[in-house]
Amino acid sequence: MLRRGVTLLWDGARTHPRPFSLAASGAALYALMAVGASIVLGRVTDAVVTPGLGGEGVATTTIVAGALAIVAVALLRSIGVVFRRYYGGRTSWEMQRTWFLRVVRTYLAVPLEYFGRHPTGTLLAHADADVERAVNPLQPLPFSLAALLIVVTATVTLAVVDPVLMLVGIALFPALAVMNRVYTRRIERPAAEIQARTGDVSAIAHESFDGALIVKTLGLETREQDRLHHAAEGLRVASVTAGRYRGTFEPALDTLPSLGIVVLLAIGSWRVSTGALTIGGLVQAMALFEVLAFPTRVVGFLLEELPRGVVAVDRLRGVLATPARALPADGQGTPLPAGPLPLELDQVAFAYHGRAGRGHRGDRRGSAGTPVLDECTLAVAPGEVVALVAATGSGKSTLCHLVAHLLDPDAGAIRVGGIDLATADPASVRRGVALAFQEPFLFVASLRDNLTFGEPVAEADVAWALEVARADRFVAHLPHQLEHVVGERGVTLSGGQRQRLALARALLRKPGLLLLDDATSAVDPVIEQQILGNLRRSLSTTTLIVAHRLSTIALADRVLFLNGGRIAASGRHDELAATVPAYAALARAYEQDEAAA
Amino acid sequence: MRPAERHEVDEVDPVERVDDLDELELLDRADDLDDGEDAVTPDPHDAAVELLIESAPAGCYDEERPRPEPTPDEAALADAGAVEVLRRGLAATPELREGVAFTIGLAIISAAGKLAVPVLIQQIVDKGIRGDSGFRPGFVYGWAAIGAVTLVGLYLLARLTYVRMVRATQSGLLGLRMRVFEHVHRLSVAEHNEQRRGALVARVTSDVDTLAQFTDWGMVQWIVDSVVIVGAFGVMAVYDWRLTLQTLLIFAPLAVFLPMLQRRQLAAQDEVRDAVGETFSEVAESITGASVVRAYALEGRTNSRLRAAIDRQFRARVRAQAYVAFMFPLSDLFGALALGAAVATGVAWGGGWGLEVGELVAFLFLIGVLLNPVAEITEVLDRTQIALAGWRKLLGVLATPIDVAEPAEPTDLPFGPLAIDVEAMCFAYRDGTPVLEDVDLTLPAGARVAVVGETGSGKTTFAKLLCRLADPIAGTVNVGGIDLRATTATARRRAIRLVPQDGFLFNTTVGENVRLGRPAAGDDEVREAFIALDLCWWLDDLPLGLATPVGERGGNLSVGERQIVALARAQLGDPGLLVLDEATSAVDPETERALTEALARLAEGRTMVSIAHRLSTAEAADVVVVFDAGRVVEQGPHADLVAAGGVYAKLYASWLGSTRRNGDDPGDDD
Repeated sequence: MLRRGVTLLWDGARTHPRPFSLAASGAALYALMAVGASIVLGRVTDAVVTPGLGGEGVATTTIVAGALAIVAVALLRSIGVVFRRYYGGRTSWEMQRTWFLRVVRTYLAVPLEYFGRHPTGTLLAHADADVERAVNPLQPLPFSLAALLIVVTATVTLAVVDPVLMLVGIALFPALAVMNRVYTRRIERPAAEIQARTGDVSAIAHESFDGALIVKTLGLETREQDRLHHAAEGLRVASVTAGRYRGTFEPALDTLPSLGIVVLLAIGSWRVSTGALTIGGLVQAMALFEVLAFPTRVVGFLLEELPRGVVAVDRLRGVLATPARALPADGQGTPLPAGPLPLELDQVAFAYHGRAGRGHRGDRRGSAGTPVLDECTLAVAPGEVVALVAATGSGKSTLCHLVAHLLDPDAGAIRVGGIDLATADPASVRRGVALAFQEPFLFVASLRDNLTFGEPVAEADVAWALEVARADRFVAHLPHQLEHVVGERGVTLSGGQRQRLALARALLRKPGLLLLDDATSAVDPVIEQQILGNLRRSLSTTTLIVAHRLSTIALADRVLFLNGGRIAASGRHDELAATVPAYAALARAYEQDEAAA
Repeated sequence: MRPAERHEVDEVDPVERVDDLDELELLDRADDLDDGEDAVTPDPHDAAVELLIESAPAGCYDEERPRPEPTPDEAALADAGAVEVLRRGLAATPELREGVAFTIGLAIISAAGKLAVPVLIQQIVDKGIRGDSGFRPGFVYGWAAIGAVTLVGLYLLARLTYVRMVRATQSGLLGLRMRVFEHVHRLSVAEHNEQRRGALVARVTSDVDTLAQFTDWGMVQWIVDSVVIVGAFGVMAVYDWRLTLQTLLIFAPLAVFLPMLQRRQLAAQDEVRDAVGETFSEVAESITGASVVRAYALEGRTNSRLRAAIDRQFRARVRAQAYVAFMFPLSDLFGALALGAAVATGVAWGGGWGLEVGELVAFLFLIGVLLNPVAEITEVLDRTQIALAGWRKLLGVLATPIDVAEPAEPTDLPFGPLAIDVEAMCFAYRDGTPVLEDVDLTLPAGARVAVVGETGSGKTTFAKLLCRLADPIAGTVNVGGIDLRATTATARRRAIRLVPQDGFLFNTTVGENVRLGRPAAGDDEVREAFIALDLCWWLDDLPLGLATPVGERGGNLSVGERQIVALARAQLGDPGLLVLDEATSAVDPETERALTEALARLAEGRTMVSIAHRLSTAEAADVVVVFDAGRVVEQGPHADLVAAGGVYAKLYASWLGSTRRNGDDPGDDD
């Protein structure tokens, strides 16, 4: 653990050598001047104070020199502190930025499936808590180095002043270090306990007040109080335990150097009387003891922070080790032809591996490794409008993602315009195949930016796309029209409006293959009909619609029924309803839903 | 001489650490970014951590959330001064009074320990070494022994006092936390909203925690620092008043500089927090929008946006760091000036004032003792402000009157379906905003009632009043022929059941969540509730059946599934009046169908009032009650109201989407 900790620190210092070396230099200056200040004080005592007040008299220049020396040393020490602090902080912030960029770069390069495997919270935690913990040990590092230097120089100067006093020092330093170590060890458990119980209290309060209505209507107040009391009592007990350790060690760590000074006074007086030591020497030694009390503690903090940092770095390295998705570079590979594109799936199989789920329906039932698609074969002619119908959670979205080349099939081939996606030019696939998602994602940016992503697009094209997607009117009524900035994750727009914007975004590229993954589910049925009508009229494209409204299904040339990971039936809606019982059951459910809505 | 930085360490103990964020919490925070639900007071821990790590605290994502405005009840105490807060606070939390006594004792003990050493130095140097009779071993060893015994004694006393103090304050805080929690649950929920809830959670959590940090450490530090400063100057004055005055004058500018720098540094910290929040949302966006990023090849664009945010955070941190770096050596430097001046003045004129060598040396050590508290006290005062602000808010909650009082002589509610009779009923929020006015309504037992109206028409408030979640300000609400104000809470819970639309579930199993409907029910009865609603298939489909965990806020279940659990819970409770706040969120068609059917079964043999968002509910109801601007404007069967061509007919038309079909809809047509 220590070796890996050192690697962590060394890594930080090596990655950002300039701020680190400045911080280390500042730390060294500070350490030398901290010890230097005690030497100066001792000298001033002997050369200025004792003769000055002892009756021998002292020259004014000596007095002034003594006072200036005190201030000068303090000034140098302060400069050292400023450098140590400023550049020490800078080193860790530089390193934090380095880690941020590494993590972010990885997130942008990994395959989409990666995000399905890891909950958003975990991924955010890597970029937040883990990065923070990975750089935290860097912050006390310069100070810790200074502390070591202080202990060494202090011991040497003590030896020069009086070897006997040095022995007292040698007894004191380890005592402080050991006591500090014991303290941090002891308090670790209650500290963790406090944190855990604080989390419990917070979780219970959150839940309880969120569900206040339920608590009240079901009369659960007493139950809630008991729950909170249990957690809060745990917190109290842990706090009292921590308080006991703190009460034991904090004053002890304060008292120990004071006791050392008392011992110094006793021994030092005797040494002064024998002439082995001057009063200034004694003052110097006492001042040193005061300096020494805390650097040992800083080293303690570093040692405490280090294991957490090492664990965080391990996790981050795990993230960085995720292989990027293997894709030909843009412009490499075969380009897709222009115009409406035919689509073929040939024996396509796909399974999510170790999926953690991101709230998709059906994930709860543990679909890890279960094939979503298995020997799925289908063909769609150019210009055809096909409805893909399947029960909830049976792979409709996955199929769309595969066709849009956001996922790679485990087996089989997907051909768009006759080109296998595995060998197609990714840029041309993005232009030719557009997918509108069920949960439209809008960036915190203007609507225009959300549609064009900063690409130069003709105003007429934007207007056309908005019109086809029936987003033109509500956009026109927004205060800033296309310059309207979307609230975080699109909260200021309704679900249906966001879906229509996302659809307009997909249309803007005039794709040869348009995939609508339940992309109008939140849109009013009447508007949806208008949109689908617009699509047929004004866009020459092949369209695959995932839908669960009969009115939508009825608009399609053909229905593909996906069941058990493969296309179970294909044909017109009424044919399938008459011949395929599973399809008929699903259609009935849709029908009743529509009657209710 | 104590280096000024000593306090960086004193401040910090290992308990005070940056919170480790667990994943759920982060997710939660990501959600909160857009609804600004939570109020979290700045955590003074940060200040402590910052002192330790010599730099600005890293991520504290909860702090960039907007803080809600104080609610009226909190505002009541907003003007109360510090002394008033302290007085009321101690009255509300008697346990803390004992804690305060211990704290003051502890402060005096600690200060005595800190001042003892310089005094000892002076005694030994002047009387033991340089006295008229030269070196006096007996005197020196005697005083050293006394000094050592005093230090050890003071240590033991400090330890004892500290532990007693922590015990007292922690008990006090536990009591305070429970009292506030209890009080919040007794408040009416009529005015609850997201923002208010967030604020209340903060009361029970971060405000109490802030107070805990203060009572455990800040309060001690505050008093210790004050006593040490006063004590040190006092001892100095005994040695020489002129030097003392000089030292005071040299330290005086710090009283101006330190608070000024402190303010700037806090402003820089705010900027850091903003930047951290920005980075966080950019990262969150790149994760939640991963599919769009890939589908549209936005990697480059996303990368540059992230980079800009990361760079901004870096710059903000470095700027904040600069203040931190300059602030702390400042008192050290002034201390050195005071030392140099004391040496110069003391040596040049001290002889004439009768100053001894030991006295001057002790004086120098006393300046060292001062440095730490002087540098620290600005910050401690700042923390005191924060703690008092939290305390003030806590007292504000406790001062909020409970508005739904239990009757002295309660009446039970009858069994079976319950009739509703509302007479001249009015309701307004506590701030005076009227919500319902002159509502008169008679609904027969066993009726299926749909309550409709625009958002803000008062229909949801009406539902809450039917369950006595609040009392009307005028008129009466009679259920089963009895004024709700005369009923017991127990009776209401048995006979009236509100099924809220959000389908809130506790983080336990499906079975436990249903059982909350009737805690005495066994597993069989819980299962029967599902059977009665024909929802058993759903239960059987769960991996662990009744024992399936639902996750935080029911997050493992879909919206529709949460509603299934809520309905089963209502069924188990077997109420005579069912008040249903209908869900608006989309549910997949299969579940939707099951829910509709279950609801029909649940309604059998009960009065059911639905706050309807769907046309089908209103169509199927026996009576439709139409609310508009807080009044009942229409009531009657669906067909009659449509024919009447009033408010309901318009609502119905917009439901059907006919206005949109004509193409004259201005825009927001979802």
